[in-house]
Amino acid sequence: MFNLEFYSEPKPKLEGVIIMNAIIEIFPQLARGLHVTITVLLASAILAYLMAFIAGLCRLSGNIIIRKFTGFYVEVFRGTSLIVQLFWLYYAIPMLFGIQLGSNWWTGVIAIGLNYGAYLSEVVRGSILSVAQGQSEAATALNMSRFQRMRLVIFPQAVRMMLPEFGNYTIQMLKGTSLVSLIGMTDILYYGDILRSSNLSQAPIVYLLVLVFYFILALPLIWLTRKGEHISKKGVANG
Amino acid sequence: MTEPIVRFQDVHKSFGDFDVLKGINLDIKPAEKVAVIGPSGSGKTTIIRMLMTLEEPSSGDIIVDGKNLWKMKKKEKMVKANEKHLREVRGDIGMVFQHFNLFPHMTILENCMTAPIHVKKENKEEVRDRSVKMLERVGLGDKLDSYPNQLSGGQKQRVAMARALVMRPKIMLFDEVTSALDPELVGEVLEVIRDLAKHEDMAMVLVTHEMDFALDIADKVLFLDEGVIAEQGTASEVIEHSENERLQGFLRRFRG
Repeated sequence: MFNLEFYSEPKPKLEGVIIMNAIIEIFPQLARGLHVTITVLLASAILAYLMAFIAGLCRLSGNIIIRKFTGFYVEVFRGTSLIVQLFWLYYAIPMLFGIQLGSNWWTGVIAIGLNYGAYLSEVVRGSILSVAQGQSEAATALNMSRFQRMRLVIFPQAVRMMLPEFGNYTIQMLKGTSLVSLIGMTDILYYGDILRSSNLSQAPIVYLLVLVFYFILALPLIWLTRKGEHISKKGVANG
Repeated sequence: MTEPIVRFQDVHKSFGDFDVLKGINLDIKPAEKVAVIGPSGSGKTTIIRMLMTLEEPSSGDIIVDGKNLWKMKKKEKMVKANEKHLREVRGDIGMVFQHFNLFPHMTILENCMTAPIHVKKENKEEVRDRSVKMLERVGLGDKLDSYPNQLSGGQKQRVAMARALVMRPKIMLFDEVTSALDPELVGEVLEVIRDLAKHEDMAMVLVTHEMDFALDIADKVLFLDEGVIAEQGTASEVIEHSENERLQGFLRRFRG
């Protein structure tokens, strides 16, 4: 009885120490990739939002050519995989057309930005369309121009409606940034892969920590999305 | 004989195969109060929606203050009006809707101030004073900074009227403004309209189911039936002396 306890005690302790050591070792390694993950996310989010509003409004344009052209962009980028788009921009286009899109950082930002911009443009379009018809009519009855109706009445309400979806897609975009490790960007996942290949037995703990990193990065976005939901519940007329 | 401020000349309107209005001829004089009554589906609302440029007539002319609303001259030919033309002509018209259509992202005061400032480019301070006065007049002087979703239906509709009035229209259109209200809130809205009818010299067109009220304040009553004006005249002419059987039937159903 006494013996058994004596021998069984230290074993988990030892394991715990090893894990703790591993975490202490791995953590700073992965953190070296934070910079890339965060800058790619911020830049591609800005590009995606920009594309979302440009394409979303163009799809509501009265001009059929503009409408069809943006429709083509949206469907192509929504309908094909992000990773293939990334490879196209990084490998195929420079070979075919001799165009360099800048560094691989830029390539990643452009691919992710255009891809999520396409999704988000549908959110923009849908939100604008779902502002109740009566709002536009009331604005017309006050003799507002088309542009004033959009700027003063429709758009402010549509933006409130968009907030939760924009939050959701931004969280997805954060996770999408991990694909840039495939075009040689040194982001969190890239360092995770390096660590794993140098010490296979650490794979579970490495990837667990990678997940933790992404989750911590996502937390503020999740919080902002909640906030957005709260705001969007107020101040919109639909139906 | 004063010139009419609004004139409908053989106005037709169809939605797909369905002919809603089959030749409307109508004159409204400045300051005249016109009530439009009739069974649902008879095209009452369509008449004022065309006047507000929310619906385009299929044929015919609508003349507002001497100007053709839906058509403009281009190289000696009359063509379909563009946005600029519509804005020029409809500037003197205001409308109140069945479902209020207040702007939910603005306070009550902002609802009233937005159009005069942005559309008429008026001085902000002056517009604020006028809006506050107008909101006080409709009994909402204590709600200036509230948002529409904090108000009752009756209060919302009174804001909607104030919002339209701050634009100083020469013609005000009321589209079944009490239909969406709880019965106990109808009175407060009708009171405001009665006050306007008595003290304002703008023309008013009321599409309504509040029969007694309409007959009480209207200079002229139109009975719309199956897309045409089946009867028109003063309230007493239409109600007491009309031979129109469908009108009599319609009135019986309303007045019990």
